Amino acid sequence: MTSQSEQPPRLFEGREPVFPQRVSGWFRRFKWWLMGFTLSIYYLTPWIRWDRGVNLPDQAVLVDLANARFYFFWIEIWPHELYFVAGLLIMAGLGLFLFTSILGRVWCGYACPQTVWTDLFILVERWIEGDRNERIRLLRAKWSFRKLRLRVTKWIVWLFIAMATGGAWVFYFADAPTLLRDLLTGQAAFVAYGTIAVMTVTTFIFGGFLREQVCTYMCPWPRIQAAMMDEDSLTVAYRDWRGEPRGKLDKAEGDCIDCMACVNVCPQGIDIRDGQQVECITCALCIDACDTVMDRIGRPRGLIDYCSLSDEPLERAGKPPKSIWSHVLRLRNFIYFGLWAGIGVAMVVALFIRSDFSTSVKPDRNPRFVTMSDGTVRNAYDLKISNQTGQDRRFHISIKTDDPLRVDLQGTDTLSVVVPADDTLHQRVYIFAKPEHAASKAKSSSVRFWVEDRQTGERTHVDSGFSGDVR
Amino acid sequence: MSKKKKLQDEDYPTTGHEWDGIREYDKPMPRWWLWTFYLTIIFSIGYVIAYPAIPLVNSATPGVLKYSTRMEVREHIDAVNAQNAEIEARLLSTPLEQVAADADLSRFATAGGNSVFKTYCAQCHGAGAQGFKGYPNLQDDDWLWGGDLDAIEITIRHGIRHDADDDTRYSEMPKFGEILEEAEIAQLTEYVLSVSSQDHDSSAVVKGQSLFADNCSSCHGETAQGDREQGAPNLADALWLYGGDREAISHTIKNSRFGVMPAWQGRLTEAQIKQVTFYVHQLGGGE
Repeated sequence: MTSQSEQPPRLFEGREPVFPQRVSGWFRRFKWWLMGFTLSIYYLTPWIRWDRGVNLPDQAVLVDLANARFYFFWIEIWPHELYFVAGLLIMAGLGLFLFTSILGRVWCGYACPQTVWTDLFILVERWIEGDRNERIRLLRAKWSFRKLRLRVTKWIVWLFIAMATGGAWVFYFADAPTLLRDLLTGQAAFVAYGTIAVMTVTTFIFGGFLREQVCTYMCPWPRIQAAMMDEDSLTVAYRDWRGEPRGKLDKAEGDCIDCMACVNVCPQGIDIRDGQQVECITCALCIDACDTVMDRIGRPRGLIDYCSLSDEPLERAGKPPKSIWSHVLRLRNFIYFGLWAGIGVAMVVALFIRSDFSTSVKPDRNPRFVTMSDGTVRNAYDLKISNQTGQDRRFHISIKTDDPLRVDLQGTDTLSVVVPADDTLHQRVYIFAKPEHAASKAKSSSVRFWVEDRQTGERTHVDSGFSGDVR
Repeated sequence: MSKKKKLQDEDYPTTGHEWDGIREYDKPMPRWWLWTFYLTIIFSIGYVIAYPAIPLVNSATPGVLKYSTRMEVREHIDAVNAQNAEIEARLLSTPLEQVAADADLSRFATAGGNSVFKTYCAQCHGAGAQGFKGYPNLQDDDWLWGGDLDAIEITIRHGIRHDADDDTRYSEMPKFGEILEEAEIAQLTEYVLSVSSQDHDSSAVVKGQSLFADNCSSCHGETAQGDREQGAPNLADALWLYGGDREAISHTIKNSRFGVMPAWQGRLTEAQIKQVTFYVHQLGGGE
């Protein structure tokens, strides 16, 4: 182990404690609203009900892993339609590109769960232990009953939030009221308790103790996002050409009076005046803090503000910066938006034109054909019909071929099958080619299966082939 | 503010590495990282105690949980069997003819029969039951001993020419190469070709027909349509177990054929026999 002296530094170093101070202003208000909005979505969504008819879940948003269904209000996604989920993920990615190109690390600062939950945990901390100075005093104080009481109260509230976070997560995967009852009575599946436990522990540790270290050390996103910004991206920055040289209020030449308000409110524990740094999540709280001080000392607001690199030379030269719109309406952003919107429109169209039953056919390959005693050649197929509606439906099956070949369904004398509601049916289908039919001797001839719901008139076809006896 | 002055970048030494003027700081690791590292060590100790870990000469330390993948598979199989116990009992109490009407039972019998077939039958009959020369295709409608559920079940239970089973299917065609003259066998071959509508020498058919009536019709029938009671194949259809060309037919007449199939009663469970009977019957040729 190395010595405790400064040279060389220790191999490992503890976290520098951060005590973000209360701040008020436009951004802080906006973030309170945003926090309420995002947390409400997260906690309340599983409890929204949506009537789908009998035998189907009435939960508006449900990932039913056991039955391989994803329900989102009126939309029901089956596993073979997973491209909708892939499309949403691609849209999420392109959306991040777009927002990063316009507003830098806006995701980090406003919407990332790590930021939102840390913000919530800091709020709790402030309620229980007081604002920045009181918290610093409490940290330095020797352990006493009061310190223990405050700490334990805080941890219990954190733990409660953390459990609610983990608890809300599992409600997305099962009927929420039933699962809640099962959870409380100890009847729920082990995986539910396990998931809640893992989510509780990670939320508690990440939000309460690791906080900015998650962003700085664990998350790859800051590096990726930083690489996606350019000189026109708007990001939180300090106008050093206006603020420097800093100094005490009556002596300062620049506008910065070195009051440390921006540093004290920073949840990441950095000094924005040092310039762009990887730790900064652009939470914009330093803007509120600085504006408050500027108002008080009668200087113009915006010493810390959303700025872009391309405005810096203009502002240094005393010229007005480019308009916000010229930063936003750029070719790059149009391309991102075009791709994003294109995929969105394509998915909406796909959603509206998709059939609520789907069909596929798999010919038997072993053997490819069977010769019957009268020389007739028979092919067998596995016809799969998925009924994605809430009602049982009868489907009529027919084929289109060059020769008038006979078709037969196993287990029934008719040419129709009933597929139960929300189910998939495998029907074995036989096609017979008599010796006089060309198909009985041809290596392969085409067959088109038609599957029709005569009640709704909907029909779909799927192409396959007929293998003849070429021996 | 903390009293300790926060270290600035320039306060740290560098690693001494330099690329194009870029030097790498030698900064301390965050402490949480150290704790995570210690946690992984603690976890690994627990793992070694709980699970098989340290290799010995012929085995490994078993671990206090006595976990093994083999046991896990056994548990899964037992769990599935326990799950199926009810429907298996239902299958055993349901006559075979009524299985198809019950969707659950039919699915259970088909899936179970498929698994039995792939394990015990596919070696001869092929994975798709398509058969090979000498091993019947079970998908077609040509049955030596009958293709209804009962006939298939008897064949599976008692086998064919399986001497250890008194109830086995047994048929024996004489080796006519030891009985008839070479010319007579040729005439007989032409006749068999003619009844199955193949190219033949019509001058030999009349003689062949009388030879057939004398020697063959007692088993294969007057019109060569075969007799399932005796396991005598239909010679008038398009399907041949050992080939239907002139050479193959002549060879069969001279030397006879003697296919065998083991009896499965006692080797398969009652439920398995029922399942595989149902499976074979539903392949497309069942009667």
